[in-house]
Parts: sequence; structure tokens; C-alpha cells
Amino acid sequence: MKIAVLSGKGGTGKTLVSVNLASVAGPSTYIDCDVEEPNGHLFFKPNVVRSEKVAVKIPVVDAAHCTGCRTCVEFCQYNALAFIRNKPLVFEEVCHSCGGCVLLCPQKALHEQEKNIGVVEDGYSGEVFVRTGMLNTGEVSGVPIIRKLQRELPDETKTVLIDCPPGSACVVMESIKDADYCILVAEPTIFGAQNLGMVHELVTLFKKPCGAVLNKCQSGDNPSEQYCCEKSIRILGRIPFDSELGAMNSNAIIAARASGKYHQLFTELLDAVLTEVGKPT
Amino acid sequence: MKIAIPVIEQSLNAGVSHSFGRAPHLLIYNTVTKENYFLDNTTVASRGGAGVRVAEVVADHGAKVLLTQRCGKSVEEVLRRSEVLVYKATQGTAKENIEAFLEDKLSLLTEFHDGLHGKATL
Repeated sequence: MKIAVLSGKGGTGKTLVSVNLASVAGPSTYIDCDVEEPNGHLFFKPNVVRSEKVAVKIPVVDAAHCTGCRTCVEFCQYNALAFIRNKPLVFEEVCHSCGGCVLLCPQKALHEQEKNIGVVEDGYSGEVFVRTGMLNTGEVSGVPIIRKLQRELPDETKTVLIDCPPGSACVVMESIKDADYCILVAEPTIFGAQNLGMVHELVTLFKKPCGAVLNKCQSGDNPSEQYCCEKSIRILGRIPFDSELGAMNSNAIIAARASGKYHQLFTELLDAVLTEVGKPT
Repeated sequence: MKIAIPVIEQSLNAGVSHSFGRAPHLLIYNTVTKENYFLDNTTVASRGGAGVRVAEVVADHGAKVLLTQRCGKSVEEVLRRSEVLVYKATQGTAKENIEAFLEDKLSLLTEFHDGLHGKATL
């Protein structure tokens, strides 16, 4: 069972929720899909057992064989090739590695070369299998790494927590693609409710069942809670705005492992999630 | 010599487009014959790399000078390799910019952004 944890903006508590849920789930898997700034490993401190480079394929031009037909340039939907001074020039940062230009070149004047864009690390932290994707600085898209993160898990029957990147762009879509359930983490502000709306629209589009976790709860109005009521989104649990939790979090301590109170809170939250996942949609 | 300018309408009195790659039209002006013509930007709605494609069009049409308010690093690379000089356009019309260029009042564009990769906002 795969449970994705999302939010419309950074800093709402995706990592807090996914790390702690994995920690109370017994034997489980935690996947950090926030490849631009993965931080789940800072909490889990896993013993890394395997590290694999992730590469994409980029076309390389063999100018001596190019006859200037421009088939490659005209084919590219992303305009990653430009025909300059009688030969194609490749813009790597725009290329989506589809390989079409190489296939179509009638002169075989293009070939593919691998380019490393990041790494996937597997490790263990207690009973939790921790998989982390890391995109190299300066690379444009983390999608190829996220694709690799979701493949070949050691035990598919275990509960899998997917810590998604913030927002609702391609990298998030790739992260939730195979999820059975989505947890939307939201802050109690107008901005938080706005961002909750963005991810709620996304998971609705993907026809994924979802529920919300309200983080940083204080007394007073909670615009995110209002949004959930208006849109009939199940509220799975509430996490208080608590300096003790903040201190543990900023010291990379897993609250559910260090505090009885939070062990209970996240165990109840996991139960609520698992009950929801079991329900017919 | 030909000058290229990204414009918002097909008129010499049209304003210079704020965007290079997503400009609706490209004006090509010949400083010798004083003739001009307009091209539709067919990549205006493309998924990415619009600037690269338009820069290629600028070079293909034999322009040696581009007047634009801004453009990205990939565009700069295409134009540099094609020996097209890039000048910073003012907020005025295409005509005013051509006159300013001919009177040597425009300076070379020195800052090129990282590329918007389909995320351009106007």
C-alpha cells in the first residue's frame, strides 16, 4: 500500500508527517521524492546499503555526418536543438531525453550519451527501509530520479510512505502516480488553505482518494479546516503548534520515536489513514 | 543590414514585446532598403525552448542585430554562434527603437536570464 504525503507549499510538514508515520508503521518503506532538497534521511540517518547513479540520455551531434536536413530540429517538441551555422546545437537543459531526434536522423549523425543527474540511495533505519533521491545542483528536472525511486521495492506488501516535493507540478504528479491514497498536509492560514486547494485539485484530477492533516493547529480560525468542510475532505488528524515538537524537528529527532505523546498521535493518525485506505471509494 | 525585433503587433508602431521567445511576432527591418516584414511566432505556445527556436529564426533570416528587452542564456548562445549582436530595447515602439539604434543610442544587452523553460510570465 502506497501513501503519498503532499502539500501545496514547502514547510507545511510533509516530511514530519511521512517520517513519523513510517516510524510507527512497523516494517515500512519511506521514499523521499523531494529530490531537490531531500531531508527525510536527516531524521532517519539510515545505514546506506546501496547507492545508484541516475543518468539521462542526451543527443550528441556528429557534424561530419550531418547533411543539414533539420529533421531533428523540427521534430523536437521542446526546442532543445537549434540549427546554427549548418549544424544542430543541443541545449541539454531543455532536452527531455525522449530519443526521438536520434531515431529520426536519416544520416545517423546523432547518438546518445549518458549524463548523470543524481543518485538514489537505499538504507535502513530500524525497521524502516529508507530510499532517498538526490538531484544534482543545477539540473532542471527531478522526474527521471522520481521514476527510479518508485521502482523495485524490496517488499511491496509493506506500507510505503511517499514524501512528495512541494507544489503541484510534474515532479509531484510523478510522485503520486502509483499512490493508493494521498495525505494533504495544510497550515492554518489563508495562504495554507489556498495551497491546500491546489493539491486537492491535483489529486482529484488523478482520481486519488485523499484526506487532510491539519498541522500547526492553534486556537482560532483555521481556513484550511474550513476548506476541508466545504470540499468534504476527511480530516485525518491534527498536529498542534507545539514548541517541543518544533525543537525535536529542528534537531532532526523523530518525534514518534522520542516522545510517547507523539508516538500515540502518529499511531492514531496512521490508524485513521489505514481505515480510510480500506474504505471503498 | 537586417535588424530583428520581437513585437506585440504587426506594425512599426507596435511596442517591443517584453518576452523574446513568446513574442507574438518578429519584425525584420532592412536598414539599407528601409523595407520590413513581419513573421508570426509559431512557437508562441510551445512547451519549452521557445527562445531557442525564435533565435534560430532570427539567424535564418540573416539578421545581424536583435533589439530585445530581455532574453535567456540559450538565446544568447544561439545568437553569439550566429554572429548576431543583441541590443537592449527601450519601452518604446519598434520604430523608435530602430531610430535609437541607428543613432547609436542603444547599448548591448549584457544580462541574460537563466531561461524560463516554459514558465514565462508576462
